[in-house]
Amino acid sequence: MSDVKKLTVNGIEVEFTTERNILEVVRKAGINIPTFCYKSELSIFGACRMCVCEVSTPFKTKDGSIAYRTMPMAACSTAPEDGMIVKTDTAELRKMRKIAVELLLANHNVDCPNCVRSADCELQDVARRLGVTEVRYSQKKELEPIDDSSPSIVRDPNKCILCGDCVRVCRELQGVSAIDFLRRGSHAKVAPAFDGKLADSCCVNCGQCAAVCPTGAITVKQDIPKVWDALYDKTKTVVVQIAPSVRMALGEEFGLVPGTNVEGKMVTALRLMGFKHIYDTDFAADMTIWEEATEFKTRVLTGGVLPMFTSCCPAWIKYAETFIPDMLPHLSTCRSPQAMFSSVAKKTLPAELGCEQKDLFLVSIMPCTAKKMEAGLEKFNEADGTPETDVVITTSEFARMIKSMGIDFASLPETDFDKPMGFGSSAGLIFGASGGVMEAALRYAYEDIMGKKLENINFTAVRGMDEVKEAAVPLTINGAEVVVKVVVVYGLAKAREVVEAIKAGKLECHFVEVMACPGGCISGAGQPIGANRAKREARQAGTYTSDAAAKVQKSQDNVPLAECYQKNLGGAPNSHEAHTLLHTIYNKRDVVK
Amino acid sequence: MQETIEKSQETLDRENAIKQILANNNNDPSRLIPILQQIQEMDKYLSRDAIEMVAVGLDIPVSHIYGVATFYAHFTLNPKGKHIIRICDGTACHVKKSMGICEKLYEKLGLSDEQRTSSDLLFTVDIVYCLGACGLAPVMVVDDVVYGQATPALAAELIDKIRAEESAA
Repeated sequence: MSDVKKLTVNGIEVEFTTERNILEVVRKAGINIPTFCYKSELSIFGACRMCVCEVSTPFKTKDGSIAYRTMPMAACSTAPEDGMIVKTDTAELRKMRKIAVELLLANHNVDCPNCVRSADCELQDVARRLGVTEVRYSQKKELEPIDDSSPSIVRDPNKCILCGDCVRVCRELQGVSAIDFLRRGSHAKVAPAFDGKLADSCCVNCGQCAAVCPTGAITVKQDIPKVWDALYDKTKTVVVQIAPSVRMALGEEFGLVPGTNVEGKMVTALRLMGFKHIYDTDFAADMTIWEEATEFKTRVLTGGVLPMFTSCCPAWIKYAETFIPDMLPHLSTCRSPQAMFSSVAKKTLPAELGCEQKDLFLVSIMPCTAKKMEAGLEKFNEADGTPETDVVITTSEFARMIKSMGIDFASLPETDFDKPMGFGSSAGLIFGASGGVMEAALRYAYEDIMGKKLENINFTAVRGMDEVKEAAVPLTINGAEVVVKVVVVYGLAKAREVVEAIKAGKLECHFVEVMACPGGCISGAGQPIGANRAKREARQAGTYTSDAAAKVQKSQDNVPLAECYQKNLGGAPNSHEAHTLLHTIYNKRDVVK
Repeated sequence: MQETIEKSQETLDRENAIKQILANNNNDPSRLIPILQQIQEMDKYLSRDAIEMVAVGLDIPVSHIYGVATFYAHFTLNPKGKHIIRICDGTACHVKKSMGICEKLYEKLGLSDEQRTSSDLLFTVDIVYCLGACGLAPVMVVDDVVYGQATPALAAELIDKIRAEESAA
């Protein structure tokens, strides 16, 4: 399409076509110059100056000969030009970068040993790379209060380097803008409006700000001590549910290749920690499909509100309740798999395990920070006011627990989940990838509506890293040929575009899956830090590899789940009992946006 | 949102005035700064509810508007007094001991660097950096009247004079 141009990086010729800046060309050449404020999927900001390069730009002199204009430029915000000569490392550049890091550290509360991000902090990493062994400037600022008002996120302004990654991910990926820069110069900081608390803002708890933060300025709230306390409490029966995408990323914390499914090792690690029973959220994902696909069928047959939107993602739910409350009737009334699991577990497990409900402690391990918020919602409390889900920890917190016990994770033997709630089909497993819920629902709905076996279970059109995916599935409903159109979207800003297109009549569809995080739950903010496109693709690919190898690939073939329905849920999806335990209601949220 | 408290006529008038300012600017987000200026001209500061109304009216995030309002020194988020006193602390005024005048005013009005408006909402003392009248240093401006070679005694005298006028009125 576009013609190939060339520039030289450190004397080596590199071709480029559509690269949007010199930085991408330099990285293509295999030189990973440091950056704090550059994220390839976000807009270019040019604030941190780490990527400064010596750039010589050719120009024609009056006599027609070629001369060069040479100056230090931020590679991220300079467009590549044919014939440019770029140097990434000179004595001058090295000094510039080093001073910039020293100045950042002078304004940074350096309490590294106590910091959640110690060891995976980009500021620490770059300082080490550049050989910053002392900071010649002293800390002058008084410490600002830490904002731990949110159940998901902790903001420590004293560690902020003002790269703005969080501001841009909140605005550009999620369309939320709960935080922005305020004031200027040495008084500048990132905060919600009116320098308020995150809990009072329009934040939807997706946590992507923490996922992109290069330092410990925005971190995921840590709930590990609550889990240890419960495990050491002799009166408690501690059980755990673990979400599909945790097993696809946990291995990265222990040096395994991204996308490695560590299900068996993970279960063994939980046993070593002392969990009494280890269950799989995949079981509840299958349950979600039974409920949601049935709800969808009913809506289609009875002329209910369409298109129907999925409701597994609590950040999406909170977004809808806050920003587009007129769309609430379009949301499936199904609880998220976490909430379904906890609801059923707290009702049925005490009898099965021979303990009292008050002594059953349910830990949930999720790739997600919004699930911490969801678990605290009053509507998901037991009658006595205690939460159905007692505590939610993320994949990263789980990894930290494994490390703190000194478990050699990579060499653990593999063991199985406990029955019955530890059995999930691979349709439940693919919930972790954007498009997975839709694909699992289609596998169910096809057989349910058509009354015949689905031969090719792979709906590949809804897989992958595209932000918006569409597919059409021909079905026969009540004797009539209907082409069911489905849309899959991730990122709440894109979801909003889809919603607006539907409202404007520009997009016709029946069923929409929305996930807040890039590529779905596999890159939730609770996953190991440092997700990039390659890792996301690997986690997705691992998910589908496991799906292809699974013996049970459809939610409707989950036998223990069918037994659970017979015993506890009125025998069939959408029954009265199922409605009570597995569905919910939504309410408009009044916050200033 | 359900209104639990009935709004006073004064509140309604102010809300309508803000709506009018938004309408005069075609509810255009690119006119955010002139809109904030016009509201500040009316209210003498940018209140929280005014900022929230602008967010709703322009359909842009309130965090963004707060960011703009705190970026420019021109905007103030605290209520201002009826009489505004500006003390210059630019280089020339500073070496001519402008801070002595400021301290006198703080003492007389019970103010500090954090609290710049008197509790009776009669006076606000602002420190500014260069009024462009360095030859007259130190410079003090009271309600747009410039006083050159000002002294703490002059400042105290002016405060007493304004207070006397206010209580006579």
